[in-house]
Amino acid sequence: MALHSPLRAFPALKRVAGWRNHRLQPKRCMNRDVTDALSAVAGADNISTSSAVLEQHGKDESYHGCKPPDIVVWPQNVEQVSRLAAICWANDLPIIPFGTSTGLEGGVAALKGGVCFDLAKMDKIVQLNAVDFDVTVEPGVTRKSLNNYLRGSGLWFPVDPGADASLCGMAATSASGTNAVRYGTMRENVMNMEVVLADGRIMYTAGAQRRTRKTSAGYNLTNLFVGSEGTLGIITKTTLRLHGIPESMVSAVCTFPTVQAAVDCTVQVLQYGIPIARIEFLDDVMMDACNKFSKLNYAVSSTLFLEFHGTEKSLAEQIQVTDEIMKANRGSDYIWAKDQEARDKLWQARHNAWYAARALRPGCKAYSTDVCVPLSKLPEIIVATKDDLIQSKLTGWWLPNTCTLGSTANFRFIPWD
Amino acid sequence: MALRVLVAVKRVIDYAVKIRVKPDKTGVVTDGVKHSMNPFCEIAVEEAVRMKEKKQAEEVIAVSCGPVQCQETIRTALAMGVDRGIHVEVSGKDYESLGPLQVSKVLAALAKKEKVDLILVGKQAIDDDCNQTGQMTAALLDWPQGTFVSEVSIGEGGLTVTREVDGGLETIKVQVPAVLTSDLRLNEPRYATLPNIMKAKKKRIDKLSLGDLALSAGGNLETVSVVEPPTRSAGVKVENAEELVQKLREIGHI
Repeated sequence: MALHSPLRAFPALKRVAGWRNHRLQPKRCMNRDVTDALSAVAGADNISTSSAVLEQHGKDESYHGCKPPDIVVWPQNVEQVSRLAAICWANDLPIIPFGTSTGLEGGVAALKGGVCFDLAKMDKIVQLNAVDFDVTVEPGVTRKSLNNYLRGSGLWFPVDPGADASLCGMAATSASGTNAVRYGTMRENVMNMEVVLADGRIMYTAGAQRRTRKTSAGYNLTNLFVGSEGTLGIITKTTLRLHGIPESMVSAVCTFPTVQAAVDCTVQVLQYGIPIARIEFLDDVMMDACNKFSKLNYAVSSTLFLEFHGTEKSLAEQIQVTDEIMKANRGSDYIWAKDQEARDKLWQARHNAWYAARALRPGCKAYSTDVCVPLSKLPEIIVATKDDLIQSKLTGWWLPNTCTLGSTANFRFIPWD
Repeated sequence: MALRVLVAVKRVIDYAVKIRVKPDKTGVVTDGVKHSMNPFCEIAVEEAVRMKEKKQAEEVIAVSCGPVQCQETIRTALAMGVDRGIHVEVSGKDYESLGPLQVSKVLAALAKKEKVDLILVGKQAIDDDCNQTGQMTAALLDWPQGTFVSEVSIGEGGLTVTREVDGGLETIKVQVPAVLTSDLRLNEPRYATLPNIMKAKKKRIDKLSLGDLALSAGGNLETVSVVEPPTRSAGVKVENAEELVQKLREIGHI
């Protein structure tokens, strides 16, 4: 596959250096001509070089410092994205796709300057196929706005990383979230994507307009781009797998005297085959932070947050078995919630965790990291890390969620100083 | 005492849609635009369904006035747990002139026909922001009313209702039969699930016309024009306080 052949299809582009020399001699060229060319494509109202706008686009929710781009553009459709990308390609300018900047990994930082493509104006829900359980959305559509749109249809998109993130951004970062244990992460829920490559070519990762629920045909380009974090292309449409809203949902909180007890309970719930929708562990430091920040009243100890989805009858069964497991592991202070408001309040603690923790030490910065271990090692790693944290005198806390895919447990712990 | 509850639901343009004014300034663009149930009506339906679940309500009926598309809105209410629906068909010019007074007359007529103990409506619709239907219905029926309800409980003597008012919260006791209008913090409405949507298809929706209720269409209000708010113009920067004072004088503010 000759990568440089499409460049011959763009005779109008004046290449400054051969593509092979990119790494060796980047001759970046941001000047009046480039700005005019970008403005001609997107419209004069849709580009900006004002310092406030650049700063806003160089930062996300992570602790990383602000690395602003040289210019921000707001394309309104994929053809504009393609032409803008071609201009950047011709002038060796880095491209930084920008969704909602709710990421935690510094993904929008323009480390070498360049052009930030703010895709917020591309906010259409392109096509909903309720009977086929799929929907195609543009990058400006966020998770909550999609679920709001779907509310009369009985369907929802369950991947919930906490923030109200752009769905294409979630695809780019392969977002996971509290519901991953039952519904999977973005990798399992993205069926197709329309992507604009660095030189402006538009491609579909699973074929144009395709939305097959399963396929054995062709290379799995979709999962190559999911998680590529903007390094392989700009995602301009994504086709997502929807799920039926469960008939009933019940949330529960249970306190345990030790970390080991809570973790053992988690492992046993999974081993019993209970189709738990969410199961999250928050340690005592985190519970204290949440109590203070969200004005809640939970016991300050290792706590499990659980959520069950299903029919009324299956829920009764799931709850009964889980109840026995929790009791067997010395769990106490159970709180059950069925109503939407009570459940939202319960989960508010988890969703505000990041901010609650930072509020514990005002003015501090927080650094988060993710670790993945086999399920059998889950108790050991949590206990060992907590000991390390205490010894190193860093303030830190655990926020694991359990994902049974490939029998590994995935969690993040967040130490900071 | 198990109440018979009537909930009114209105089909409006979805709150997330960007509204555009028609070029001839007679109204807003509604063709091809996503419509859904008025959010305050959803809250009213949710409250009625919860009363049913707590066995405080014996039957919950949803009613909507408007063109045939209103049946989708009634189906959403049925999927949330309402027992049956009534569609009062009003279309064309009659629908354009349909306002709170006409709807209140419909609700009053239905309340008598269905021997209802409690009428639940949203406090206002997000398209006209009238905040009149609940109050007018209560007046037509000569029933007590609890408006801007953020909490309601059913007891022996009647309803204990907490209202959100400008000064804070007011708690009143209301005898049934009564009209209540729901405010935002009353509850968080459930999402209709697929199994419930499928079950809702089998629930009954009765169709009536205004004539069946001995009413006629025709409002006494005429929409003269609908325009967008003026676009915000750029601000003016001033160099110092003297210039600020001078500019304020120029535009007559001081």
